[in-house]
Amino acid sequence: MPSAGSLPLPDRAHALELLHGMLRIRRFEEKSAELYTLGKIRGFLHLYIGEEAVAVGSMQALTADDNIVATYREHGQALARGIPAGGLMAEMYGKVNGCCRGRGGSMHFFDVARRFYGGHAIVGGGLPVAVGLALADRMQKRPRVTACFFGDGAVAEGEFHESLNLAALWRLPVLFLCENNLYAMGTALDRHQAQPDLRVKAAGYAVPAEAVDGMDVLAVESATCRAAHAVRRDEGPFLLELRTYRFRAHSMADPELYRAKEEVERWKSRDPIDLFMSSLRGWGLLTDADLAAMEAAVAREVDEAVAIAEAGPWEPLEDLTRDVYTVNEP
Amino acid sequence: MTKMTYREAVRSALREALRNDPRVFLMGEDVGRYGGCFKVSHGLLEEFGPERVRDTPLSESTFLGAGIGAALGGMRPIVEIMTVNFSLLAMDQIVNNAATLRHMSGGQLSVPLVVRMATGGGRQVAAQHSHSLEGWYAHIPGIKVVVPGTPADARGLLLAALQDPDPVFVFEPSALYGVDGEVDEAAGPGEIGRALVLRPGDAASLITYGGCVGKALQAADQLGVEGIAVEVLDLRSLRPLDTAAVLASVARTHRAVIVDEGWRTCSFAAEVSALIMEGAFYSLDAPVGRVCSAEVPMPYARHMEDAALPQVPAIVAAVRETLGSHG
Repeated sequence: MPSAGSLPLPDRAHALELLHGMLRIRRFEEKSAELYTLGKIRGFLHLYIGEEAVAVGSMQALTADDNIVATYREHGQALARGIPAGGLMAEMYGKVNGCCRGRGGSMHFFDVARRFYGGHAIVGGGLPVAVGLALADRMQKRPRVTACFFGDGAVAEGEFHESLNLAALWRLPVLFLCENNLYAMGTALDRHQAQPDLRVKAAGYAVPAEAVDGMDVLAVESATCRAAHAVRRDEGPFLLELRTYRFRAHSMADPELYRAKEEVERWKSRDPIDLFMSSLRGWGLLTDADLAAMEAAVAREVDEAVAIAEAGPWEPLEDLTRDVYTVNEP
Repeated sequence: MTKMTYREAVRSALREALRNDPRVFLMGEDVGRYGGCFKVSHGLLEEFGPERVRDTPLSESTFLGAGIGAALGGMRPIVEIMTVNFSLLAMDQIVNNAATLRHMSGGQLSVPLVVRMATGGGRQVAAQHSHSLEGWYAHIPGIKVVVPGTPADARGLLLAALQDPDPVFVFEPSALYGVDGEVDEAAGPGEIGRALVLRPGDAASLITYGGCVGKALQAADQLGVEGIAVEVLDLRSLRPLDTAAVLASVARTHRAVIVDEGWRTCSFAAEVSALIMEGAFYSLDAPVGRVCSAEVPMPYARHMEDAALPQVPAIVAAVRETLGSHG
């Protein structure tokens, strides 16, 4: 169990907000899995369950003006960023009231108003885009940070190494957030990395790096705030490795033949929501009534999201080639 | 009108864009201090400084992707890739991001990115620097593909690319960099998606683009001496393609030969041929002919490279064949 140690206790309202943030991701995704088995959601569905502390903790370091680039396992980041759950659920239904008109589905959430630039389903492919967003900010003298999420699998891609190098070379304000859940799909970290201590790779590019317990939302929050602060101070990019674990299969199609049930159970005993709730109770910051009210609010939000998705219309077929170009060509 | 080389015409457009639009910047390998692998950007670093003329590491995928990100962030990046063969290292960013982001985001994003690269053979630099892959790129919806075949178009189409809200790939045939032509530096941007009849004629249509434009004109000259008036149509843009101009030309001449430096199999010439079958079949007096590169990786030795590429005698022969097959 994590302890606040000698640190001051977190502010109650803020702590409950963090818990609420994690709970809504958990319940939204449990509902998504159910809807997938009913055939309402199709394609690939990659659940974030187990990793909620990473999205919720790290998002605390970002302002509304910062940019976010995420992966295909981005429901958590999207919800934590404040993209309405109804738009996300409708997107997964493939409805035109989805956040991308049903063009992207679960793996490709975009919301320009919230500076949420995907939703990238090519592992490593979002990193160069994040570097470019930061370059544009630098050239236009905007004090933004670009937060770029990617998994441990991306570390094996050339684009990871190229992007760290370029961002460092040009001192660009990119916060590289490596969500290390120990598996590149089904390949364990020590089966794809000669050096499985990921943060040390940053040293080769003169990028400062830190690793943090990704199951501890307060630790994630404080590490991300420190790192984002350094980036904002114009110290160049920073790599934060968030050590976490996904409790569910890679996608709904994964029979999980590559990892032991005991390993999953061991990690589930460090469930970020359970850990945080037990800390909060220990500190006297959470009552049963708080939790019941929170669960009820989350259930309402998820129900409303499903209703929005159910009620949403399908995009008309005559719009098939819309938005291939800004002015559509024949 | 000013006489200038293709290289100078590209530079003229780059300089004008950098002067007129603070959002424009150039990045790529050796575009700054070295002056550009083909000397296209020579002098621009001195004039515009290292913020706007950026030397990059040899990381094609990442600096092209950074161009996409910078475009999303409100800039107008011009990414230079030394040759089309090196662009294959950036294919992920091109196909999976540049071409998809607008559509996949439901129209929220646009990527006003310009990518320039050298293409084609004829300089004895063998099989990893000489290929003509613009036809591959033309396969991809979401990007635009232009191949200027003259200095005037090298300037005009680059300026047009910079005004386009979507990603435009400009392929510059490296064999043309030293070729002269008349350029009107007062002329504004050209029009992407518009083919141009460079030589009117009624005997047959020579449909071509890029590095083969000059060869097609030479072939037309030779045939003209014999009184055979061949129309030369420069496509200039492969996507969007000016289908109407192709069909109108064939409707006038009833015969078509397509000249394309790509390999014949699955070539852009095959696409044009199919369009003619679909849209002008009943205008045709003879089968559509194609002159393409031989199906080999580009050889180094001069005589072998010459034999691999479309050449004037082969174009002349193909026109004769299409004429001979009538009746």
